[in-house]
Amino acid sequence: MIFDKIRKQAIAEWATLQQSQQPRILLGTATCGRAAGAMSTLEIMNQELARHNIDAIVTQVGCIGLCYIEPLVDIVKPNRPRICYSSVTPKIIPQLIEDYLIKDNPRPDLALGTIGDGTIEGIPRLLDLPMLKPQVRIVLRNCGHINPEDIKQYIANDGYIGFIKAINMGPERVLGEIKKSELRGRGGAGFPTGQKWEFCRRSPGKEKYIICNADEGDPGAFMNRALLESDPHSVLEGMLIGAYTIGATHGYIYCRAEYPLAIERLSIALNQMREYGLLGDNILGANFSFDMEIKEGAGAFICGEETALMASIEGKRGMPRPRPPFPAVSGLWGKPTNINNAETWANVALILQKGSEWYDGFGSQTSKGTKTFALVGKIERTGLIEVPLGIHLRDIIYEIGGGIADGKQYKAVQTGGPSGGCLPASLLDSPVDYDSLVKAGSMMGSGGMVIADEDTCMVDFARFFLSFSQAESCGKCVPCRIGTHQMFAILERITRGEGKLRDIEQLEQLSQLVKTTSLCGLGQTAPNPVQTTLRYFRDEYEAHINKKKCPSLVCTRLINYYILPGKCAGCMLCLRDCPAKAIVGGRRLVHIISQEKCTKCGACLDVCPERFGAVVKVSGEKVIVPSKPIPVATSKALKNKG
Amino acid sequence: MSLHEQLALVLAPYRGEKGATIPALQAVQKALGYLPEEAISETAKSLCLSENEIYGVATFYAHFRFEKEGEHMVRICSGTACHVRGSPRIVETLEEKLGIHSGETTKDHKFSLERIACFGSCALAPVMVVDKTIYGRMTTTKARQILDEYQDTK
Ligand SMILES: Cc1cc2nc3c(=O)[nH]c(=O)nc-3n(C[C@H](O)[C@H](O)[C@H](O)COP(=O)(O)O)c2cc1C
Ligand code: FES
Repeated sequence: MIFDKIRKQAIAEWATLQQSQQPRILLGTATCGRAAGAMSTLEIMNQELARHNIDAIVTQVGCIGLCYIEPLVDIVKPNRPRICYSSVTPKIIPQLIEDYLIKDNPRPDLALGTIGDGTIEGIPRLLDLPMLKPQVRIVLRNCGHINPEDIKQYIANDGYIGFIKAINMGPERVLGEIKKSELRGRGGAGFPTGQKWEFCRRSPGKEKYIICNADEGDPGAFMNRALLESDPHSVLEGMLIGAYTIGATHGYIYCRAEYPLAIERLSIALNQMREYGLLGDNILGANFSFDMEIKEGAGAFICGEETALMASIEGKRGMPRPRPPFPAVSGLWGKPTNINNAETWANVALILQKGSEWYDGFGSQTSKGTKTFALVGKIERTGLIEVPLGIHLRDIIYEIGGGIADGKQYKAVQTGGPSGGCLPASLLDSPVDYDSLVKAGSMMGSGGMVIADEDTCMVDFARFFLSFSQAESCGKCVPCRIGTHQMFAILERITRGEGKLRDIEQLEQLSQLVKTTSLCGLGQTAPNPVQTTLRYFRDEYEAHINKKKCPSLVCTRLINYYILPGKCAGCMLCLRDCPAKAIVGGRRLVHIISQEKCTKCGACLDVCPERFGAVVKVSGEKVIVPSKPIPVATSKALKNKG
Repeated sequence: MSLHEQLALVLAPYRGEKGATIPALQAVQKALGYLPEEAISETAKSLCLSENEIYGVATFYAHFRFEKEGEHMVRICSGTACHVRGSPRIVETLEEKLGIHSGETTKDHKFSLERIACFGSCALAPVMVVDKTIYGRMTTTKARQILDEYQDTK
């Protein structure tokens, strides 16, 4: 068979590369790496290599998920384990190249860890590091290790083996395998994938479609982006298997336009598939013809919802419609359609490659396998992680994430984006799986995990999500269009200090109403952030309403900035920096903020040198300040309490 | 090339295609920077749809704009990670500085200000993007300084 030859060749090339006598350098240039400056690092690296006449093989790879210390550069010298260096700014590059590549000093002080066999004195093994040790990277296995723009590197690492197995097994047995794996959808709701495929396969009709949902609208989540940028073929192989099993003739990848690099790498990947005969007519002689194309989103969160997404592909306004009929019966262009999330598709390829029995070794009783999460917010180590389902929140936040940033106190973890909820410290020992998170009032969602600390106001947080949901509501059904708007207005009122006691009750009623009567998942889940914050952080609502106080010092209307006369050194820094010109004073004169003019931007607090610490932010209290600027010395004598 | 000819060229590949409204509008916007009235009518003609339908689609999606954008496009992330790390203060500061609301363009056409749901660079929150340059770990002071730099360069 032709594929055998391709595979043998790819494996041979990969082996030659691994045993190469030239040094090899791998640089992570996914979007997160680029935002941290990876492209400048690359430029300087190429210059330095040329300057020293070093013939190295430089490969751009995807993301291994350690976003907090990017750019990441891995260097492999012959017969040595690969060394991963973190925070490699252009400044460090010349020294690193000279020290390791020329003088053979591996610079353990700059290294993060080693990958592969063998050890190097003074450098730990990468996988032993606390942020990687609890992780199980099976979906992300290739991310950061292979060149995402080279199909042969994917093939050399068992790529498309799953598809080959599938065509040898025949559709019915593949379907059985997926059902046996108990894979559930990774897009949020967790519907059993095998069952969904079966509906579509059994649906009558010659023309059928499959769709990959890569809309990833949840703000604060980037799992699908990282996967598509780092290993696009793992998703595409899954789609190929799905199309073969379901009997689909055409596929679509609906990717949000905010991900230009993912779109670029997907289109490269699709072209390579065509070149290798993995798309088109009579693929690998299996009497199966299939092709797919990319559809770019246009900035509407609701288009992540499956029926809205299909309307969008059809070129219409992205409005959801009631189900049934389900897409498996009548989907895109009225034809049977199967839609899965990008990560679900990647799991499919893996299950076929390794078998459902192997897959059964990961995850919990009701939630099999692993899940990727974007760990962000006020956490020490932000990044993209993959963990077995059933792991406890505490292990994710404290072991992998390294705890709360800047030594602050944990307040909540928000999962599931605008559809999810906020979970307090008392629930940190809950397992992370579909059912436990729903029980706690949240949901797993697609994998955003945002950590909030003591400086996050939970009322403002709820307001933030409702502002998002009401803006993104498509407006088709009344409960969602008007209900979310009403809820947002009430929350806005509370955060401005104009809340009434009845507001809490009204929020609870509206939440129930919007949840039970909305047409689609957006409205049905939009109240979750409000309900969970009311359930777990009610005292914060009450402080805003009863005491006109924002305990976390966030809500602008309820806070004031003051300059402590006993601490102000009269240095003029804040006075000059205040964009509202709200500060009076002079050199060696105590500065005073005019509360009428202050816009509460906080610039004064940012610029006040730490050694003075004269600017304070308070809520619900007053600080006594002089009525006009007085000399600094006299005020010190006054010994203000500050 | 006149606007009419330019539109004809851009729209040619989509003529009569099924479901091509969004890609066609995206192509037009890529070429012109925004969707002037004539773009709507020409797109309608080449796709054999009513102007109403085209306008309905274009107004539904946040990416389509009907006014020319400023010389510099300032985008501030309002995603969850950036929100928790203080992006609202940055939006307020820049709105005040430029004297416009987000979604608007300054009178001198120098700056447009937009809020975006997420750039996917959440690890560097709060994130601001000016034209194509990403700035991470923003503060209000840094944001104002960066705009000053763009203001000074003509
Ligand atoms: C408002 C809303 C937004 C959604 N956004 C996404 C999304 O961005 N990505 C995604 O995969 N699923 C999203 N979904 C879920 C999809 O409707 C659908 O259930 C999913 O793509 C099915 O794939 P799965 O079974 O593999 O999870 C969203 C649902 C709703 C109600
Ligand atoms: S939340 Fe701001 S970049 Fe993702």
